[in-house]
Amino acid sequence: MNVSNVKNNAPRTKSRRNWKEKLTPFLFISPHLFFFIIFLAYPTFYGLYISFHSWNFFTDMNFVGLQNYANILWNTDSIFFDYFWAAFRATLIFVVLSVPFLIIIPLFIALGINARPFGHNFFRALFYAPSLLSVVTVVLIWIWLLDTNAGLVNYYIGWLGFDNIPWLTRAPWVWISLVVMTIWWTIGTNMILFLAGLGEIPDHLYEAAKIDGANRIQQFFNVTLPGLKGPLVFVMIMTTIASFNVMAQPQLATNGGPGYETRVLILYIYEVGFTGGNPRAGLAAAMSVVLGLMLLCISLVQFKLMTKEK
Amino acid sequence: MAIEDKSSKRISFIFLSIMALFWILPLLWVLSTSLKPESQAISWPIRWIPETLTFQNYQDVLMRQDVPVLRWFWNSFFVATIHTGLMLLFNSMSAYAFARLKFRGRDVLFWGLMATMMIPPVMNLVPLYGLISSIGWVNNYAALIFPGLGGVFGIFLLRQFFIGIPHELEEAARMDGASPFFIYWKIILPLAKPALIVLALFTFMGNWNDYLWPLIVTTSADMRTLPVGLAIMQGQFNIQFAKLMAATILSAIPVIILFMFAQKFIVKGIALSGIKG
Repeated sequence: MNVSNVKNNAPRTKSRRNWKEKLTPFLFISPHLFFFIIFLAYPTFYGLYISFHSWNFFTDMNFVGLQNYANILWNTDSIFFDYFWAAFRATLIFVVLSVPFLIIIPLFIALGINARPFGHNFFRALFYAPSLLSVVTVVLIWIWLLDTNAGLVNYYIGWLGFDNIPWLTRAPWVWISLVVMTIWWTIGTNMILFLAGLGEIPDHLYEAAKIDGANRIQQFFNVTLPGLKGPLVFVMIMTTIASFNVMAQPQLATNGGPGYETRVLILYIYEVGFTGGNPRAGLAAAMSVVLGLMLLCISLVQFKLMTKEK
Repeated sequence: MAIEDKSSKRISFIFLSIMALFWILPLLWVLSTSLKPESQAISWPIRWIPETLTFQNYQDVLMRQDVPVLRWFWNSFFVATIHTGLMLLFNSMSAYAFARLKFRGRDVLFWGLMATMMIPPVMNLVPLYGLISSIGWVNNYAALIFPGLGGVFGIFLLRQFFIGIPHELEEAARMDGASPFFIYWKIILPLAKPALIVLALFTFMGNWNDYLWPLIVTTSADMRTLPVGLAIMQGQFNIQFAKLMAATILSAIPVIILFMFAQKFIVKGIALSGIKG
């Protein structure tokens, strides 16, 4: 549109231009909004709807009210009740065993790298590298390392004079295996978040602590940890949520076993909803809603903590 | 003080070196296994350096008909590339509107969208599959490309960056009668390259490594993505570990190359995502 033209037919063009100006922002946001509504907003409500029905994805849905929720939450006669709570237990065990290590190990690695020793760039790249791999790649590597008969780990354990350990077939070893492969795979992200946090702590705080005669351990507790409060809260919440979402490690490494020992919630949801001849979409949806609400609560706690800080 | 610095460097180096062993040895062992003939892979005592060095496993993995690894590579690459391209385009358009254009309800809409980041993805698994199967997208590339485009994290990342770009250039262009689209395409996008690269890397790697969703929506061997294919291969090759490890290494090569070129951006991106909360 050229300028002289605008001047000549001021009233008409102005309204047209106004209209156009109002439309422009919506043209910019509409492509994303289209996908957002169809593939994110709508499914969230659709999932709630499905959870009140009996459905196998193909035939018609039957409304069953709270039946699906009853079967997993309070109907103790239902077999799904036992399975659901066994899966809940498995998930909780994994969260409790994995989260502390997933915070402490990368924290210490970050502290080490932050001291800028020889080769610190190499170390950072090395510890981050496995995070780039798909979970399947990582699990395959560890299945081979932990193989009961031919694995490298049991080879050295035998060399030390101990019996073979059934890493992938017996409790409690299965838990150690799942936690170890998860640590190996995922500490990179937390390490980098801690490194970024450490970079924010001003040097003069350490100088002041040294002048006050604080030794290294006192510096850690009085300067480093308080300085890392923000990243620590963020990492703790994100790691907890990620651990609640575990699925592929037990599916591929232990097949949920021995028995149902390591059949975590998402693995059970997957089995109920997507495997076998008669998938129970309604039940799987109800379980997803229950798990989803738990995760939502954790997110809300995070949101509270984060906004409080600011 | 200098002495203390030196000693803390030394302690750090020793600690990191010990930890590094736990990260390096598995990788070396995988590499070593993949270069051995199958019969030597499980022979005792173990050998770190293969007695017979062979690339047979790699050849076997790439040539077998029942495990079309190259096809899986292509599927993963094709799907992740298109997905990432569309994500960058749509998210940057949206972020531009939220950062630079004025319209009624803008901020309410923006923060409303951001709040949906709290919805756990697992809640959408069953309904999304129901939706995909009702529109006939099961076992179709579309199911791997489009559903993820509804996510809002990229908009947040780019909007933050766009807000920081100075207004002067844009003002000058507007004086010359440039349209919002021209400003977006010719001024904002070129200046936002670092943020776009970060988003592209995360989107690509996320899609490339995704497991559960492609496992559910693909049903035939020729439509699998690489992670899902590898998982199936585990069953197929049973205990042929030398071949499995060769496949593992093949699957890791693209991301390793990507990492070597883009490490800086990845590190920066993670640090940024930590600030988002």
